[in-house]
Amino acid sequence: MNKKVEAQDRRILLSETVELGEKTNKGQTVTDPNVLFNEMEREASFLTGSEVIRAAIKRANLDVSVAYPITPQSEAAALIGELYAEGYVREYFRGESEFAVMGQCAGASFGGARVFTTTAGPGTLRAMENFPMWAGSRLPIQVCVTCRGINSPLSIQPDTLEMYYLLETGMLVWHAETAQDLYDWILGGFMVSEQPDVHLPLALCCDGFFVTHTKDTVMLQSDEYCIPAYDPYRSPVPCMDMECPPIRMMRDPFIMKSNYISYMTHASWQQEIHAAVERSRKHTLPIMNGSLIETENLDREILIVASGTAVSQGREAIRLLEEEEGIKVGLVKIKSIRPFPTEEIREATANAKTIFIPEFNIKGWLAREVKSILSNNERVIAGPHVAGGMTMPSEVIVDEIKKSLGVAGPRLESRG
Amino acid sequence: MSEQVMKRMNIRISGLGGQGAVTAAHLLAMAANKMGKYSISNPFFGAEKRMAPAESYARIGPEKIYDRGELVFPDVILIFHPQVITQQKSYTAPFYSGIKPGGLIIINTEQDLLEDEDHKRLEADGVVVYNFDATTLAMEIGGTELSTNMAMIGACAGMTHVVDLPALEAAVKDRFGKRYVASGGTATLDEAIKKKYAKKEQLLQKNNDTIKKAFEMSEEWGKTSSYAPAYYETA
Repeated sequence: MNKKVEAQDRRILLSETVELGEKTNKGQTVTDPNVLFNEMEREASFLTGSEVIRAAIKRANLDVSVAYPITPQSEAAALIGELYAEGYVREYFRGESEFAVMGQCAGASFGGARVFTTTAGPGTLRAMENFPMWAGSRLPIQVCVTCRGINSPLSIQPDTLEMYYLLETGMLVWHAETAQDLYDWILGGFMVSEQPDVHLPLALCCDGFFVTHTKDTVMLQSDEYCIPAYDPYRSPVPCMDMECPPIRMMRDPFIMKSNYISYMTHASWQQEIHAAVERSRKHTLPIMNGSLIETENLDREILIVASGTAVSQGREAIRLLEEEEGIKVGLVKIKSIRPFPTEEIREATANAKTIFIPEFNIKGWLAREVKSILSNNERVIAGPHVAGGMTMPSEVIVDEIKKSLGVAGPRLESRG
Repeated sequence: MSEQVMKRMNIRISGLGGQGAVTAAHLLAMAANKMGKYSISNPFFGAEKRMAPAESYARIGPEKIYDRGELVFPDVILIFHPQVITQQKSYTAPFYSGIKPGGLIIINTEQDLLEDEDHKRLEADGVVVYNFDATTLAMEIGGTELSTNMAMIGACAGMTHVVDLPALEAAVKDRFGKRYVASGGTATLDEAIKKKYAKKEQLLQKNNDTIKKAFEMSEEWGKTSSYAPAYYETA
């Protein structure tokens, strides 16, 4: 567990029955993802995150998507509906609630379809029971989680607390920083999720509004190409077979009894799910430029370690600190939260004296995760934090770092 | 020959729901993008409803922009509606909180809305306040108050030159010239404004005329003010 996997020259593995070069019914050419992702020419587009989700799904050879409205994912769900109307998505409908949507996604995936859906905040929590069910049933469904506040009183603004609930569901959990990450990882995510030795759902998280509603430059390949279709015969468990695990486990009397063998069966299946999460590392490397983390200037004594939009705010804080104060700070961007890049983070922070972990949630779950794997973890400063939809201006990170160094600065005027 | 490069300009737009503040930020950012600059725009609002506070932000600069979310320390503030100030329909109190020294505030108003104390504080920070009657201009040229946002981005561009007229024209064409998927509220307003014009070309033309007139008026006014955007000194 938690072993670092080297990038070497890893490539995305494909189904042996895939016919590259075939045309889809929309005339798209089915293309080797190794070529599509890494070699094909791209053009710059200026799009919102929601439009980027549409752009990725258009190239995803998608079978089924189920929609249910909740801000900030509603536009993306509506745009996928457009793709269905145009014929790029084979089946699309509106569910009755998030709980229903995730159940319907499971049905489609059991039936051998490639499935994508989107949700956010309270919707993620309403759907929660389904996520470990997906993982336990080895369904490679992708759900894009556009994080928002989950508590009452209501907030539609970004807050990453819901990701904490997803961490031990047995799903892969990735955290996109930008619309570009989102685009690349939606397509790449299917390729990782659907590997026979992984075959797990992916929660592809991004921060609502900061990514979904922000117009940004994204590099896209031509939409005349798409990734190969899902091959359900690569599933490590038979489709909808009532006589075989895992379905049989739910049905058979022996598992429902209170005895050691039944606990053992469940425990070993859980171990297998989490082992499959670990096995996804090697398949994820070609999707994430060779590492589950991205680093800048690790020789510096102060590091910012973050995921999602907090990375972006960290980058701006590093620029401000260098321009205005001459203070040099390095950066670690965590791309995958499950599997967690334990060894990578240990190595990257080996020389750091102080590690700041800015987060868009009140409790600082990422700081907990990082502290739990580092020696001398008193180096970790859990913060700054914002919550409930607040923005984290880069100036706040600058201020926090200056305070810890004992550098005086003008007090920041806060808002409202 | 030396080339002047404009530094990062952070623009905060405070308006009321339905006025097109979100669209305005998107247009400014799209225009900058068309000029080869880096830009990001995003909205910030509660549940969508008319006349409730709504904010949007456009960040434009010469290098890749990562910063996102609410703009707490803006260089330029655009106030789309007097009620932002008079009824405190703003996420900030006062509405200019966080403005950077040497900044610019453009207010859509017929009359001065600031207290003496506000004027003193802003003058001390070298912030220029430009009262610009955008709604009247929108009615005169665009024929509808829904073009207020066009007048305001025209005024912003005229004062700052952060984007030019051809780029704004191209951005307007992109936004209204083809089908655009937005939230329910925005879609309804898009339909409303399209019904005001017989043809889409007419909508584009009127909007561009409004932007152009506002640009020219503001450029002229700018010559009388001390406002100057920040540039990098390059050899």
